[in-house]
Amino acid sequence: MIASAHLRDEILQMKRRRQLYSAAIVVLLTVVMVGGYGQANEMNSGGFISGLAKFFDYPGEIVAEAWDAGAAFPGLLWRFLPALIETLNIAAVATILGGLGAMVFAFLGASNLNVWPPVVPVARRIMDVMRAFPELIIALFLIFVLGSSPIPAMIAVAFHTTGALGKQFSEVNENIDTRAVEGLGACGASWFQRMRFAVLPQVLPNYLSYFMMRFEINVRASAILGFVGAGGIGSELRRTIGWGQRAGDETAALFVLLILTIFLIDQASSWMRQRIAQTEALT
Amino acid sequence: MSATGMTLDSGLTVQRDTVARALRRTTRIGFAMLALLLVYLTYTWFAFDVPALIKSAKPEQAALLATDAVAHKVHVTRLLRRGTTSIAIEGERTATYETPPDWVAVDGEKLTIDMEDGYTVTMRATSLTLDVPDYGLIRVSVQDGRVITELPPGRKPDWLRATSAKFDARPDLSRRVQVSRAKMEVHRYFAGWENFFFPFRSPLSVLTAGELLDLALSDEELEPGTANWLLILDTFWTNPDWQHGNVFVALLETLLMAVLGTFTAVFVALPLAFLAARNFTPSGPVRFFVRRLFDFVRGIDMLIWSLIFIRSFGLGPLTGALAIAFTDTGTLGKLFSEALENIDRRQVEGVNATGASKLQSYRFGVIPQILPIFISQGFYYLESNTRSATVIGALGAGGIGLMLVETIKTSRDWENTLYIIILTVLMVIVMDALSTRLRRRFTGDR
Repeated sequence: MIASAHLRDEILQMKRRRQLYSAAIVVLLTVVMVGGYGQANEMNSGGFISGLAKFFDYPGEIVAEAWDAGAAFPGLLWRFLPALIETLNIAAVATILGGLGAMVFAFLGASNLNVWPPVVPVARRIMDVMRAFPELIIALFLIFVLGSSPIPAMIAVAFHTTGALGKQFSEVNENIDTRAVEGLGACGASWFQRMRFAVLPQVLPNYLSYFMMRFEINVRASAILGFVGAGGIGSELRRTIGWGQRAGDETAALFVLLILTIFLIDQASSWMRQRIAQTEALT
Repeated sequence: MSATGMTLDSGLTVQRDTVARALRRTTRIGFAMLALLLVYLTYTWFAFDVPALIKSAKPEQAALLATDAVAHKVHVTRLLRRGTTSIAIEGERTATYETPPDWVAVDGEKLTIDMEDGYTVTMRATSLTLDVPDYGLIRVSVQDGRVITELPPGRKPDWLRATSAKFDARPDLSRRVQVSRAKMEVHRYFAGWENFFFPFRSPLSVLTAGELLDLALSDEELEPGTANWLLILDTFWTNPDWQHGNVFVALLETLLMAVLGTFTAVFVALPLAFLAARNFTPSGPVRFFVRRLFDFVRGIDMLIWSLIFIRSFGLGPLTGALAIAFTDTGTLGKLFSEALENIDRRQVEGVNATGASKLQSYRFGVIPQILPIFISQGFYYLESNTRSATVIGALGAGGIGLMLVETIKTSRDWENTLYIIILTVLMVIVMDALSTRLRRRFTGDR
């Protein structure tokens, strides 16, 4: 009896403490959110309340102008297709080059593959720094040096991708089943053979799914970088929005293209990841 | 050899053949993929017009920027029409030397400027000589509105341009001499960032760290009415060349966007995720609607959301926060609803068996299971949104992104740009470390 009463007291005490913590966190979050939004609203050039009334004005304007364009609208879509392809190319090349770099760093930075132990922490730190660099900084700098072109955006996105994918890849590498590697090693396989026949088959499916996710992220990033002068659909958007007045139909066409593309890539990548997960589960 | 041995042997051969064939096939597929990749990269090589870019690239421009970012220069300028001479850091009037530094010797109209490593410039009323080691003496003078250059015999070096309108010599990255009809200007570079802590004119700029500490602790007020340590802090904070205060506010603005945007997305996505999960919302149409809503806000992308919000709410952190919140509500909502569909039913049933109400069964059966995913994803997005917020800022929402775009556009002082870049990258690294730490703490995996 006494023991159970003691236990009950202890549980109640724990419960009270947890409730206190939860309450403290809720209060803290509320303060941060309310204070933050108040501060943000003050710093903003337009207010929230007055903006809310205008919220649908701009989208409405664009849609109306697109509607006015009528039969010419598909032609606009066709006209901006090259810009879209350029953005997709930026994202694809950046993801491929970044992915290749990431594979190198991931092998160097995985503690269980014994490529060269002293280099493991170095590779990890390099990946950390590459990941931390906002694409914008590199893109702006390279645009200044090389001029407006897709290349600065591509290099900027590839740089960040190397760090971001490298971290995910090296986590995949560290989670592999090492028995296959040891088994091949026991048969006298060389380092290269062990990687080719024991490691790659285990990691490639996961690499592919991270790669697809990154491609989607990079399409968005490339579109945004276009807006600061890196070419592709972003630069077209900057032009049509900058002109303001009567370019609403063009803006609408660009929005439609971008949204459709992102939607398609999103669907394709989640379908592919599901398939990879299923084949993984079967084997 | 016995009959059984023979079948075993042939069985092995067959199996080895199959394995070899499968291996050859995967190798072939691998090589085909590589070939495709190469074809694609070759195509983009020309689509991006890399050859033209290589031809027009200016590596020396990059070297100049790099030097400018880690060094500062002192201008010695003589205006020919007025006959005045000034020595100023970066040529700024607020940073003009009253007495010449020890590497400039003044003798009436004659100025002897020690440019280090054997380079010397002697400046007279309307002419100057530049002594270049291993080359000789270059004489430049301005007569009747024309710049006349006399070079030592031999081939003209390629670091030198001389026309009747302008003389420009840049023997290396750390010194430069220019003469035009209107003025003669000598630049000497020094390593380091100038006046980083205190403005040139401030009495604090000549003090050492120890003297500053003494001053901060002393009661003798430098400016009566203000405590010394406050004065030191204020002088640093309002330093006009570096604008530490403004940079800090801009960083804070960017952080504010990221934090508000992420938190809002998390709190809006959570309840909506229940509506999109098969095991919590039996109604198909509701599920379909909420899921399409997630796809919609995610598909529109931060870029478009920002552009729309800038139109209605103006420039500022609120706009950025809302753009992040809208996009990530879709992403997080999808993630959370998938997590909800994968929860363990047994825990919920166990709670239900004790006679718990619906709310209690959610609170004690469901939330504890998804809370780790919820928190860990939230922090992960907080870190990635810190980076996104810099980009949104550059679109016009403000914060450090906009400041960066502006300093690069004016491209006057690259050390300012480097300073902002370093602070931004540091901020992201700190947020990254913090979010990893907190994620591990809350999800209990070490």
